Amino acid sequence: MASPTVINLSGSIPVSCFAWNGDRTQICVSFSTPEVYIYQKQGSSWDKIHSLLEHDQRVLSIDWEPQSNLLATCGEDRNAYVWKLESDGKWKPGLVVLRINRAATCVRWSPSGEKFAVGSGARIVSICYFQEEHNWWVAKNIKSGIRSTVTCLDWHPNSTLLAVGSSDFHVRLFSAAIKGVDKRPEDTSWAESSQLRTFGSLLHTWKSEVDGWVHDVAFSPAGEVLAWVSHSSCVCFVHSSDTSKILSVHEHSLPYRCCMFANENLLIAAGHSCAPNLYKCAGGEWKFEKSLDSGAKALSMME
Amino acid sequence: MAKNTSSSAFRKIDVDQYSEDNFKEDDGDQGGPAGPDENEVNSLLQKYPFLHYNTRKYMEALKSVLSNAPLGSKNQQVKENAVNLTLRVLLAVKPSQIEEAVNSLSPDLIDILMKYIYRGFEYPSEGSSGHLLIWHEKVYNIGGVGCIVRVLSDTRRA
Repeated sequence: MASPTVINLSGSIPVSCFAWNGDRTQICVSFSTPEVYIYQKQGSSWDKIHSLLEHDQRVLSIDWEPQSNLLATCGEDRNAYVWKLESDGKWKPGLVVLRINRAATCVRWSPSGEKFAVGSGARIVSICYFQEEHNWWVAKNIKSGIRSTVTCLDWHPNSTLLAVGSSDFHVRLFSAAIKGVDKRPEDTSWAESSQLRTFGSLLHTWKSEVDGWVHDVAFSPAGEVLAWVSHSSCVCFVHSSDTSKILSVHEHSLPYRCCMFANENLLIAAGHSCAPNLYKCAGGEWKFEKSLDSGAKALSMME
Repeated sequence: MAKNTSSSAFRKIDVDQYSEDNFKEDDGDQGGPAGPDENEVNSLLQKYPFLHYNTRKYMEALKSVLSNAPLGSKNQQVKENAVNLTLRVLLAVKPSQIEEAVNSLSPDLIDILMKYIYRGFEYPSEGSSGHLLIWHEKVYNIGGVGCIVRVLSDTRRA
């Protein structure tokens, strides 16, 4: 098994959130502080080239749009900013009119790159798009049914469907097409186009029998499978072909905190048990395949 | 003084219940089994340990209490009865046979069993904790840490 590339940025300070740029030559990180830094790859080392200082409190999530190179950050100060690299080589923050009264917990650009979703502790998901005449980003809110903090988001490849995970143990699928910004929605395997035309309509709700806070939610690359990991040490899958059935894998290890699909049949999940694990779909059933990190020793304080 | 201060009833209102931010749990019974049948389990327990060719009866008793566990119920009496009955089964099984019993259970029943083991720790009687610790060890070998995490995170309590 190939050993992983280690990118040592800060010595021993934990990285709380990060995002790659489009070609993976730069990485944007935050270390549980209000500051955001951009590191550039130089040979085999990484140099800090920018400091983005605008947030007043801890930054909770970062996402970097690969095509437009716009950077979105959000945090506990109830704000989100869209950063743009200006011609003078400096990153300037753009105003996002969010108007929430709790922390902004997660931010994700849509695959189309024209809007982004912000989840918050105000039990709202804000879909933000750019208004040219005012030079700011405006939010349209999705509220229906969410009863606790939004912890994670993921867009369907068509940029119209949004999966939302929350600490109320549920995963919900919403329509998030905005008139004037998105093209007219088409039929998808999850919902018909008529349901997609109403912004913010709740299309599906899922809660597995063994519940727990939803830590991360992910669509497969083609958008036909939705997966989530929860604090009950479970990985759950729903296929668009049968949305009434939740395929749940009960794990023996500590809960996962994040998950992402490698392809339609492979999911990678990682969390409190440290090593990332691979899950494979065979014959419609998802099973643990193998661990991707073999027997790493715990980091000593001296390293 | 003005008349409207004569009543102090307003001091007894719980204003927090009207707060918009309150998280309201799902109400009502969540369905699922209504609790194990006491008579059936008692008869199974009585047959074990006296008839040595019926030692499989304890496994049936165990499966019966776990499959019928009233986890979704909001009725405290039903849950109390289920806890007492399940603990009787757990404490009746001989330590040497615990491993075999645990190996015969499906993953779902393993999770439910761990919930009752922890409930059992809450009400210790003479020698019960030591016995339950053996159960805990055997279930942990199969269910791992994840099984214990589910005891803590699952809202359907034993």
